[in-house]
Amino acid sequence: MSEDLHGKNSRLVRKLVLIVVLMFGFGYALVPLYDVLCNIAGQNIKLEGTDVATVNEAAYAVDENREVRVEFITSVNERTPMTFRADTPSINVHPGQYYTVSFYARNNSDKPLKAQAIPSISPGLAEEYFKKTQCFCFTTQTFAANEEKTMPVRFVVDPKLPERYKTITLSYTFFDRTNSIEN
Amino acid sequence: MSAVVAEHDHHDHEHEHHGPEKGILRWIITTNHKDIGTLYLLFALVMFFVGGTMALVIRAELFEPGLQFVDPNFFNSMTTMHALVMVFGAVMPAFVGLANWQIPMMIGAPDMALPRMNNMSFWMLVAGVLLIASTLFMEGGAPAAGWTFYPPLVMQTGKAFPFAIFAVHLLGVSSIMGAINIIATIFNMRAPGMTLMKMPLFVWTWLITAFLLIAIMPVFAGAVTMLLTDRFFNTSFFNAAGGGDPVLYQHIFWFFGHPEVYVMILPTFGVASTIIPVFARKPLFGYSSMVYATAAIAFLSFIVWAHHMYSVGLPIAGELYFMYATMLIAIPTGVKVFNWTATMWKGSMTFETPMLFSIAFVVLFTMGGFTGLMMSVAPVDFQYHDTYFIVAHFHYTLVPASIFILMAAGYFWLPKWTGHMYNERIGKLHFWLSVVSVNILFFPQHFLGLAGMPRRIPDYAVQFADWNMVSSIGAFMYGFSQLLFVYIVIDTIKGGTGEKVTDEVWEDASKHGLEWTLPSPPPYHTFTTPPEIIPTEHVG
Repeated sequence: MSEDLHGKNSRLVRKLVLIVVLMFGFGYALVPLYDVLCNIAGQNIKLEGTDVATVNEAAYAVDENREVRVEFITSVNERTPMTFRADTPSINVHPGQYYTVSFYARNNSDKPLKAQAIPSISPGLAEEYFKKTQCFCFTTQTFAANEEKTMPVRFVVDPKLPERYKTITLSYTFFDRTNSIEN
Repeated sequence: MSAVVAEHDHHDHEHEHHGPEKGILRWIITTNHKDIGTLYLLFALVMFFVGGTMALVIRAELFEPGLQFVDPNFFNSMTTMHALVMVFGAVMPAFVGLANWQIPMMIGAPDMALPRMNNMSFWMLVAGVLLIASTLFMEGGAPAAGWTFYPPLVMQTGKAFPFAIFAVHLLGVSSIMGAINIIATIFNMRAPGMTLMKMPLFVWTWLITAFLLIAIMPVFAGAVTMLLTDRFFNTSFFNAAGGGDPVLYQHIFWFFGHPEVYVMILPTFGVASTIIPVFARKPLFGYSSMVYATAAIAFLSFIVWAHHMYSVGLPIAGELYFMYATMLIAIPTGVKVFNWTATMWKGSMTFETPMLFSIAFVVLFTMGGFTGLMMSVAPVDFQYHDTYFIVAHFHYTLVPASIFILMAAGYFWLPKWTGHMYNERIGKLHFWLSVVSVNILFFPQHFLGLAGMPRRIPDYAVQFADWNMVSSIGAFMYGFSQLLFVYIVIDTIKGGTGEKVTDEVWEDASKHGLEWTLPSPPPYHTFTTPPEIIPTEHVG
């Protein structure tokens, strides 16, 4: 193989390896990119990542003539040792008005438990019209052994919710995070 | 390039008489493109039977409703491993093998550009496949979450989990090295006068495929690395409890996965475009449109991935975008099917085994393409999603397409590689058994899917029993028919019909490609002096 060809090959291989490295990085770049796109599409059901228990309440014009049914579903992930339920399975709400509902949770084990509730709203396209201002899901919840808690959720349905949505389902799943969180 | 020519002129004679190493060491340390091509092809053939055996385990279990032979977890391991072995162990290595044998001979190069890396990428492939096969014997069984490795299900994999992921890393590195080698060979090693638009289509399709590989394999490696860190290092890329999202994995996976399916089909197009003109005795119709269509399909493959995920809850604008973008792929694909048909139109056709497999490919691949078009329609995909309809679709685009064309390539080039003619009667028998049984095997799966039978389940409701039984009968017929191909390969290597084949093997083949101007079998080193490029028919 001549020096000329050898040089050409090495230069080309260097460029191709650079593409490979950049594409490996691109795979990771998709992670923040996904968050941005989900926010634009109003589809972000991921953890808000805020430590404050409440966020500011915007005022809406209450639509007294319209009722939307809001249902609550609860579950615990895998072997998380908890009892978890909504105090009321569903309520009828007027868009624009703030409501507070409460959830009951109990640590069934003899050890302290750290658990994170992850919300999900169905239908997904109604997500952007359902606003929580106070939620036990905003932070990781700590339970002492056998401790039980009643936890509030304060929310409002945006009056801009399209007419076709008559029912919104809010679902929470508790995940055991005791071993995943340092300190 | 003139320096290369001059140097080869001096050493011409020594090179031509330098043969391979003796004994088994020849195959381990070889850097010769023909030896490595042979290794890849034989390895792929073995893996084809390993993956095929797994498929027969699946079909035996599904022969009747109820659980007969295997437990559900092992059944799911079989569907997962069948896919991994067939994709990464059989189809991809087989095409790399063809590339190794054919690309240097087709462009008039003495060897691949990076021969040592070539050897390394083959042995890394073997290591990767052995690693993934070893998971079958581990506590908790082999991965059983499907070849797509979707979290959170894949997190339930037992001890096999990290091994499967490292195997994917190895296979990825091996394909990336193979792809870099192919690009370097095509860009830097072409004989003088072999311009890009004079290259045979097989070389063109492989060039584009190689670029797909170096773009997507690193993304897949990244995705599985995220799974690994989620499981062992407490990251939360896909873990909802830590603020991640499992749907993100599906996006990253299919950003790799959709171009990946074109990695398996583009070289198929290239081989079909090589074989059909020879037996139609006409130049390929629309050479440059074939090149542009291949490039267009490759480009589109990057921007349609979420059509695998219509049912995860995409925004409506997303569903519409991915639906229309996916439908666009039918246009360049239609150009190709039109060109193959037009090549045969009014040709002096003969129907030797390679041509029979190629014609069956054109017909049956088109059927697989049409079911793909059906599923591109987002609202109806909600019915087809994860049913046997999708199983029927992608098997039509892989078995009677990629696998048939690999068989065609075997029959087409074996006489050139070995210098012996294969037994045409057994070849034709192999073809007819394959083409009949493959339809008995996969066609009923369309009905099952439309009726609602889900994929990846070991048991099913009784109303699906009849078509499952038909499909399983087809599967065993197809599987055992392939043993004829093994017989033919061994028989041809040993001497075949005893008929001495000419240099061009097929009538007037030398008009269609440089490899047919070489002796049959070609000497260990070929084109140490670059050939003079005479205008070939595919451009005229």
